[in-house]
Amino acid sequence: MRREWVHAWLLILPAFVFLLAFTHIPVVQTLLNSFWSNPKGRRAAAFVGFDNYAAMLADPIFAKAMVNSAIYAAITIPASVGLSLAMALFVHRRFRGVAVMRMAYFTPTVLPLIAVANIWLFFYAPGFGLIDQIRGLFGLPSVNLVGQPDTALYAVAAVTVWKEAGFFMIFYLAALQTIPEPLREAAAIEGCRPWTFFRRVTWPLIMPTTLFVSVNAVINAFRLVDHVFVMTRGGPDNASQLLLYYIYEVGFRFWDTAYASALTVVLVVILSIVGIGQFFAADRKVHYK
Amino acid sequence: MTLRQHFLATAALFALATPAFAIDLEFYFPVAVGGKAAETVQALTDAYMAANPDVKISAIYTGSYADTTTKAITAAQGGNPPELLISLSTDMYTFIDGDLIAPFDDYITAEDQAAWIGGFYPSFLKNSQTEGKTWGIPFQRSTPVLYWNKAAFKAAGLDPEKAPATWAEMVEMGKKLTVKDAAGNVTQYGVHIPSSGFPSWLWTGIVAGNGGTLANDKGTEVYFNTPEAIAALEALVALSKTDGVMAPGILDWGGTPKTFFEGQAAMIWTTTGNLTNVRTNAPFDFGVGFLPGLKQPGAPTGGGNFYLMKGNTDAELKAAVDFVKWATAPAQAADWTKATGYVAPRPDVWESDAMKAYVADFPQAAVARDQLQYAVAELSTFEGPKVTQIINSALEAAITGTKTPKEALDAAQAEADAILKPYR
Amino acid sequence: MTRVDTILMRAAGWMLAALWILPLLYAVWAAFHAPEYEAKFDLTAPWTLANFPRAWEQAPFARYFLNTILLVTMILSVQLVLCTLAAFAFARLSFPGKNVAFALVLVQLLVVPDILLVENYKTMRMLGLVDTILAIGLPYFASGFAIFLLRQTFMTIPKELDEAARVEGCGLLGLLWRVYVPLGKPAMLAFGLVSVSHHWNNFLWPLIITNSVETRPLTVGLSIFSTTDSGIDWALINAATLMTSAPLLLGFLLFQRQFVQSFMRAGIK
Repeated sequence: MRREWVHAWLLILPAFVFLLAFTHIPVVQTLLNSFWSNPKGRRAAAFVGFDNYAAMLADPIFAKAMVNSAIYAAITIPASVGLSLAMALFVHRRFRGVAVMRMAYFTPTVLPLIAVANIWLFFYAPGFGLIDQIRGLFGLPSVNLVGQPDTALYAVAAVTVWKEAGFFMIFYLAALQTIPEPLREAAAIEGCRPWTFFRRVTWPLIMPTTLFVSVNAVINAFRLVDHVFVMTRGGPDNASQLLLYYIYEVGFRFWDTAYASALTVVLVVILSIVGIGQFFAADRKVHYK
Repeated sequence: MTLRQHFLATAALFALATPAFAIDLEFYFPVAVGGKAAETVQALTDAYMAANPDVKISAIYTGSYADTTTKAITAAQGGNPPELLISLSTDMYTFIDGDLIAPFDDYITAEDQAAWIGGFYPSFLKNSQTEGKTWGIPFQRSTPVLYWNKAAFKAAGLDPEKAPATWAEMVEMGKKLTVKDAAGNVTQYGVHIPSSGFPSWLWTGIVAGNGGTLANDKGTEVYFNTPEAIAALEALVALSKTDGVMAPGILDWGGTPKTFFEGQAAMIWTTTGNLTNVRTNAPFDFGVGFLPGLKQPGAPTGGGNFYLMKGNTDAELKAAVDFVKWATAPAQAADWTKATGYVAPRPDVWESDAMKAYVADFPQAAVARDQLQYAVAELSTFEGPKVTQIINSALEAAITGTKTPKEALDAAQAEADAILKPYR
Repeated sequence: MTRVDTILMRAAGWMLAALWILPLLYAVWAAFHAPEYEAKFDLTAPWTLANFPRAWEQAPFARYFLNTILLVTMILSVQLVLCTLAAFAFARLSFPGKNVAFALVLVQLLVVPDILLVENYKTMRMLGLVDTILAIGLPYFASGFAIFLLRQTFMTIPKELDEAARVEGCGLLGLLWRVYVPLGKPAMLAFGLVSVSHHWNNFLWPLIITNSVETRPLTVGLSIFSTTDSGIDWALINAATLMTSAPLLLGFLLFQRQFVQSFMRAGIK
């Protein structure tokens, strides 16, 4: 028995060295830093207890960032997961041009987000941008999607959905192809409508994939802020401010590393709760062979 | 030969063969204008190294201005700061507060103070000096100017050679230049003043044109809600709201030249750094003029200075200063200006033959220089990025209509005061 | 499915595809036309290759490409080794502290190293690894995601196979190598896609940790076009984008079927 323990620990040791060094220890350091003030030049950091958290609760930008992040997650997660499933269903058959269709869905994955952001800036540009040109064809006036607080967040979310849906499609595609064709044919013969077949058979069988894809979508909803750097920088007036972007601004533009640590702690807590929640939901719903 | 002699001989040979650099410098630079700026920097350092074989300079491209500042501070925190850095002139207080930079005064003679430091345009030195010391050396500085579409002017019945001299004129001309199509949608706006990312920059110019100042020269106070400042913001907001000469909402910086080229705006406000871009790509004749002010011409300065970072040896910093002196000398500064469109920061550069020839060929290049007499310091305070963010958000709120100019500026003043209090 | 259903689905699929490929189409348009046509979709406009040498001059893309390939390959290889070992231990062995250890792994699933920039930079400085490709990859070598995924896969492998291998005299590592790795290949492939895609696109950490051309990956190299004070040069940035993405795009176009087929056997179960 003892041998097994030793072997087990030896097996996980290499991975753990890296995990501890680059994730857990820095997280603890960040947590500790959140209870101290900023070191400034010669002035060392001072212990301030919960001051940073108090400042955070009083910070209107933090509140806006949280609301925005929630909306952003609420849009991008279902949209990208749903669209990716639809895409997989579309290309699941054999027909002329299916390879082109698949490639069309997958291309966002290989284009770096920083380049993509510039392309989308062109689409959104008022006046000469593509969307405005199309609107002009219909006699509609120009819109400034990225430059108005009402629409900026949604404009950013659209880019995220576009970027990830095709990537998730691959996983659904693989999952769909494991559903035996004879099963579908048998159901069709029995008079089962395609939608019912989908609901009763396909959907439960691809649940593990849905879980996998959702976890990725959640992580991305908080992680994908690269395009905010190029498109809106959190504006106008914090309309597209997201938590991770705010952390970067506070930590690396304002150099308020103590406050940034406190914000990071919040982000970690949110992600942990969501992650654990999903894990438990998964354990119950997903059935393995 | 005995083994010992053998060894010594080899060691000697080795020492001769390996170039022993007396000084090893690292130099972080951002690229903020397109074109071959990065290559030009490389060429600059290569030329210096060729002339000074005992100095090795690694020129390291570090992204945007913000990225460069981030990298420099991160490097300093990690214990390995570069000797030289080009960063925004407005970062001065941030660097001083973080005890990150050394003043140039410690490394130059009294002669240099008079001839070298004294030889820069005063407008550029405003963001480079405080507490009687020089913390930054102007290098890639800019100021915004007005570009106008001569063909559009002609089409609107205006004199294509005459730029608006005052704000009122700009609005009046703007109204004539705003063209609508049959459906009533605007196809060409008279004016386009971008407001994305850093609206406070151009707004500083409007405030200056209205006789106001935004901050004191110690970096400890701001004056966001003076009557002049509020009126300046109201005038800006009115352009789209009531005058109808500018598109509504936040207007993107990066797309401004394109808006101009596509004929969707007849007059644009943007940096002189875009001069080469506009010259190459505008499909029409264009003019360059001073920014028209409410009461008088007024413009902000902008761009980057050289900084010396602490945490390096005196010998290294002395060598760095030598490089900076060389880089700002007329020959090199002229090359830099022509390649990038930045404003050469010293009068003696403009007096050089190279620059005179350039200006003769391209008179628009001199407009930014001539505007310098009306130029004011860029907004710069302690906790600079945070304070700038506060005013930027306030301006965005006013421009998009979620707050009135007075509300936004009053709130910004209160927030900024709270942040700057500890520094007074 | 009825004929009408099929037609509807097909039409919807094509419309979505058209929308999805629009940005790439625009990138092609802008890259192959002079800057004055960036916003003018005049179909008779002359095509040109001039943007590509212009973009190429701006940065040493060949070197960036090489750096990125080295980076993603290195990261994936190490991840697979480390995480397979760990996942096997979690799936099949019992040992004290197992649950705590696994919880720690799950934390990494969501607390990505991107959040911990300053701390990680300090660590790299301490190790003397600033401005190396290794330093870009180090924080990602142990991937909670990979461990989680592989553990799930390993847990579905019937225990009878374990016993069969034992009977044949396989030690623990032999068991891993002979039975689990082959059966886990599809999951590894799935994870490989996630990893390569993530690290190909990663921007912030590489920007901070790299300084020189020899180590910089593509995303940082491309950012040189996005950070200008002067106007966005769409022709140029799209030419650069196409140059750097073309190999991947072509690869996918040519090998789509094999790619998806190998995923068939994965089916994240």
